[in-house]
Order: sequence, then C-alpha cells, then structure tokens
Amino acid sequence: MTVASDKPKVGLFVTCLVDLFRPVVGFAAVKLIEEAGCAVDVPMAQTCCGQPAYNSGDRHDARMIAENTIRAFENFDYVVAPSGSCAGMLKKHYPALFKGDARWEERAKAFSAKVHELVSFLADVRGMDRVTAAGGGSVTYHDSCSGLRELGIKTQPRALLASIPGIELREMRDPDVCCGFGGTFCVKYPDVSNSIVETKTQAIADSGADLLLAGDLGCLMNMAGKLKRQGSPVEARHVAEVLAGLTDGAPIGGRD
Amino acid sequence: MQITSPSFKQNARHALDDVQLQKALGNVRAGFIDKRQKAVDALPEFDALRDSARDIKNHTLENLDLYLEAYEQKVTASGGQVHWAETAADARSIVLDLCRTRGARTVTKGKSMITEEIALNDFLDASGIVPVETDLGEYIIQLRGEHPSHIIAPAVHVNQDQVEADFRRVHTHLPVDRDLTEPETLLDEARKVLRAKYFEADIGITGANFLVAETGSSIIVTNEGNGDLTQILPRIHVVIASIEKIVPTLNDAAQILRVLARSATGQDMSVYTTLSTGPRRPGDPDGPDEYHVILLDNGRSAMLGTEFQEMLRCIRCGACMNHCPVYHSIGGHAYGWVYPGPMGAVLTPALIGVEKGGHLPNASTFCGRCESVCPMKIPLPKMMRHWREKEFERGLNPATQRWGLGIWAFFARRPQLYALATSIVIPVLGALGKEKGRFSSLPFAGGWTKHRELPAPETRTFRQQWAQREALKQGGTA
Repeated sequence: MTVASDKPKVGLFVTCLVDLFRPVVGFAAVKLIEEAGCAVDVPMAQTCCGQPAYNSGDRHDARMIAENTIRAFENFDYVVAPSGSCAGMLKKHYPALFKGDARWEERAKAFSAKVHELVSFLADVRGMDRVTAAGGGSVTYHDSCSGLRELGIKTQPRALLASIPGIELREMRDPDVCCGFGGTFCVKYPDVSNSIVETKTQAIADSGADLLLAGDLGCLMNMAGKLKRQGSPVEARHVAEVLAGLTDGAPIGGRD
Repeated sequence: MQITSPSFKQNARHALDDVQLQKALGNVRAGFIDKRQKAVDALPEFDALRDSARDIKNHTLENLDLYLEAYEQKVTASGGQVHWAETAADARSIVLDLCRTRGARTVTKGKSMITEEIALNDFLDASGIVPVETDLGEYIIQLRGEHPSHIIAPAVHVNQDQVEADFRRVHTHLPVDRDLTEPETLLDEARKVLRAKYFEADIGITGANFLVAETGSSIIVTNEGNGDLTQILPRIHVVIASIEKIVPTLNDAAQILRVLARSATGQDMSVYTTLSTGPRRPGDPDGPDEYHVILLDNGRSAMLGTEFQEMLRCIRCGACMNHCPVYHSIGGHAYGWVYPGPMGAVLTPALIGVEKGGHLPNASTFCGRCESVCPMKIPLPKMMRHWREKEFERGLNPATQRWGLGIWAFFARRPQLYALATSIVIPVLGALGKEKGRFSSLPFAGGWTKHRELPAPETRTFRQQWAQREALKQGGTA
C-alpha cells in the first residue's frame, strides 16, 4: 500500500503496555488516527519511552532509550501515543533529559513538539468532534494524572464519548485523583498503592457505571485488577477501544 | 525527635491498620480541598499572584545574603538582637542560654515547625524548663506526647473523642461532670487552662511566616490569637525562624499572604496577622522587654545553587499534603520525621540525608497534584525525581530494584532483542492466562498480585500482529 502524499504522516508510539498486554488499543488508535485523515505507520525500532528508568533516577538508560525513540520517529509529521503518561514523557521530559547537550537538545525539542496524546491529537490537533462508533451503556471516566496535569486532557475524551449515541457518562467522585498506580510505585509500596486504589474503586462502584474508561493502560490495569480482585462486575477498557468501536473482545482482565 | 523515615514501609502499614487514624484522615480529604478551591475560584488573579509570589522568593533566594544582612541591621536598629544558628544544636543552646541568663522556668510557644525541627521541647524538658504549647492542636499533641502529623493542622490525626479523653486525663482539677462533647467546649477548656500559662511564662517563643528585611519585622499568621498572647505577655519574645523566611519588603509579604491562607485553609486571610518589630518602645502600651531572633540554617544554605533551591520557596501552607493521595492514606507520622507529605519528601532528605530519608521521594505516584496546588509553584515531583537520581548514582536503592531495572533497560535499549524477547514471553503468558484473562499470582509479580489481579496479555504483541497485517497487505497488493 502506498501512503497518500497529502495526508499527514503519523508515527504511532504504541507504548510498551499496549504492545505487550492489549494490542487492541493500538489497533483502535490506528483506526481513529486514520479516521482523522492521517496516514499511520508503526516504526519497529520503538520499545518503551524510558519512563521507568527516568523515574527511578537512572538518567543514563533513560537517555539511551530516548535517543532510540527520537531516531525512530524523526521523519513523521506527528508522533501519537495512546497514553498521557508516555506522551507526557516524550513531550515534557525528553527536552529536560537532553538539556545542555549541544548535539541533542534541539533535536529533542523538535521531536517533542510533534508529540501528542491520542485523544488530544484527535480533538485538539485534528479538530475531531465526533466519532463514528456505535455503542451504549453507562461509562465512567478516570482522568489519568499525567494526561490531565501535564497535557491538559480532561474535556476532550468526554466530548468525543458524548458523540456516541446511547453512551451515558456517569462521573465518579474525584475523577482527577490518582488511582495509586504510579509506575513502579505500585510494586515498591504495594500497601499504600492498594489503599489509594481501594478509594478509587469505591468511587467507581458508587458512580453506578458498568464500564470504566481511561486513557492510560497502566492506570487501567491497576484499577481493573483491583475491581476483579474485589469481584466487581464493572468492566474496564481503554477509551480508544470505545471511541473506535473495537469492543468485541474481552475487557481488561477478562470477562466472567 | 527520633527519625523513623528508614522504616517508612512499616510505618505506612501501621498507619493503614490504625482505625482511629483512618477515620481522622477522612477529615483532611473532606475539609481542606473544597475550601481551597472555593477561595481560589473567588479570586480571578490567583494564578497571577502565584507567579508573583514565586518570583519574589526566587529573587530573594538569589540575593539571600544581602537580605539577611539588611534584616539583621534593621532588627538591631529597632532594639532587638539576631542570633545566627548554623545547626539545630546551636539554636537549642542559644535558647537555653537565654532561658538560663534570664532565669526563665516556663516558656510559652506559638506554633512553630522550626522548633519541631530542632526538637526544642524535649531539650527544654530535659533542661528543667517547661515548654507550653499554646496552639490548640499543638497543645493536644503535647498532652499526648506526640509530634505534629501535619504542618498547619498538627493534631489532624486525632479524633474529638480522643481529645476529650486526654483532657479528662490531664485536667484533673476540673469538675468531672463537665460537658466536653462539642468542639466549642473543648476549645473553651483549653483556653481557660492556657490563659493562666501566658502569665506564668518568662519567655514566649514563636516561629515566623515571614521576616521582612525592609523593616526588621517578623510576621506570624494564626487563627486562635495564641501567637499574640505568646509574644506580648512574657518579658522576652524569641523568634526562631529558618533563613529562607526572609522577604525584601512588607509589600512582598503582603503579596505572598494573599496566596498563603487561601492555599492553606481556604480563608482569604488568617484571623490574625501579627507583625513584631523589636521590643517594647517607650510609650508602647505593651510588648516584651527583649526581642531576639534566632536565624537557623540547618542545611538550607547547602541547598542554594543546587537542584533543590526551589524548595526554599516553600511557605508551609500544607496544600501539597492536603491534596496528596499518599498522605491521605497514611497521614503524617509515617513519613518518620518533622515534615510530611510532598514538601517533606523533598525537604527531609536535604535536612537528614537521603540515606535516611530516601523512601520519602520514592513513595510518590508522581500524580502532580501537589505541584498543581502549590502557591509557590514548586516543582515537587521533579525534585523528588532528583533525589531518586542521587540515590541511583550512589547505589542506595535496593539491589532487587536495580537488577530488575537493569535487565529491563538492557532490552529496552536494544529494539531487536526487545522484539525477540517479548515475542517469546508474551505468547507464553498469554496462553497461560487465556482462560481467565488474568492472573491471581505469578512469579516475580508478588508486589502487584498481593492486592490485585494481573490482567493477562493477548496471545501476541501488537507489533507481531501489525507486522503480520502489513505483510498480508504487501502480499495482497503484489
């Protein structure tokens, strides 16, 4: 297949969790970006954004991984990731990682300027105000921290969800409060993380929604994992799955 | 006070199991957040004020030596005396010296985190001098033999019924059948007991929210008026403050005051904003005979010029901990030293060493809510990350963590090996978890599965599936 030359070229940064645990989110992202009038490709040289190393204080490995990512994506018009956390790392933290490095700083800045989180890309960059997916049922949306506070993602996913006939958004209490995932935090401090996610799953249950949505698979795996452990009937999916109408498969953590 | 920060994990476990504490922590979540939001919403220029407050402090920190010297000159000119204390021990011995030479037996205290930092109460007790806390929250925890669990609400971990029990235990001179079931009656009783103490005290010690270089004034903000009585009634007023409390002018202090109470309690202003400049002058209706300021460094000047300098902008409003999900879960004592929550996670390692305080900057989800509400726009998560970098450079984090991270990074830096390894591991995991769609336990995933299920992967990675799809397309068009 040849890419139509007039369409913007988007490189999909799949994110390691989507790549390894939930490929359907990647395909949903591809479908939505194509619907937004772009051509999508997936550079095979990508691995992870490097955030686990960066947030563990290992700047050297974080830099090596970042160089690899920048090289893999430099030739695209846009770099889009279905995660506020990874997109935040690429967009906000890569420039900090290369600060003062004459050879890399400008290169990193130019790269970061092209990076967008998926839903923000659709709504803010491509002006998408509705999706073609059909669906129904009550959903509740959790604002993942990095997407919300680093990238300002709050109204965009709600607006696109509202364009799907039959979807009812039931806001949970404190949707903007952390779910307790925090990357390696959840395994370094499991008891504290558990206390935070228990508060979150209570808010989810109280919302009365049947389906939990969010824009970050890390948070979703944490919340879905807790809901499943608690025997909750609430299912969880990445918001892109619903926006793309790819909801035939099992929800995160399986179907009972 | 004893440092228990190295046992953070056990402290946290203990806090999570503490029913009384968990009940009390509900008040933090319910109380502070909405009030702050309302105050912020009512002031359209709030964010611009934050910028202005940040800039004032940045300028001050860049010229700290200059402003400190100017401040000292003004204090001296107004008849007061400045004492420089490099360490906590220096500050304690200056206080003791003042007490001994003035024959002081009782010291009243306004609320002061710096006196917590230098562990002044224990020291005075051991030296035969009675310290009396006059802030209601501080008074309560003094009765309980505890330390503050929050920098502006020191007894936030205590429930009302516990206070009632403490008052009945200690105030044995009062009628047994008195009513202590309402916050007001508790407050009245504390007031009555404390009123006598103000007149007994020889020295009144307060902290400072600001030290003003322009005038040599110290400023405290309180809601109970106890600070005024502490500093006006005794013969001697001693201010103990750390060096970064300085601001250039009264105008600067006024600017920062506009964001302080709003961020802390959601008030436009605290009930009392009290300025003290030197001792009582001829013709003044009241005031102390002597006015002393102890300026404490205790590690702060070493933060200047480093990646932690911005922490010195902190005005101790408590908004970061009020909005912190970790603090909400475990309260302040689990952090193991004086300063809890996000500001403590940055400041504590600087003051007691990252070897002892290392857990604190790690025990954060980096959710960023603290930075988003900080009136001084301190990049708290960024500085916590800097502490993690220091730990990593010095090999202080646990070996299992380093090994795990090292193995992961080895692959993440090598895309082809990474693709190969994941294309082998993921299908195996996917097949194992296929039936249920998740794992309840898995080797090396105990930290995760202790409290939650681990969603299983699909049977092939996205990139395997994508490569196959692209290959089919290529085949189709050939």
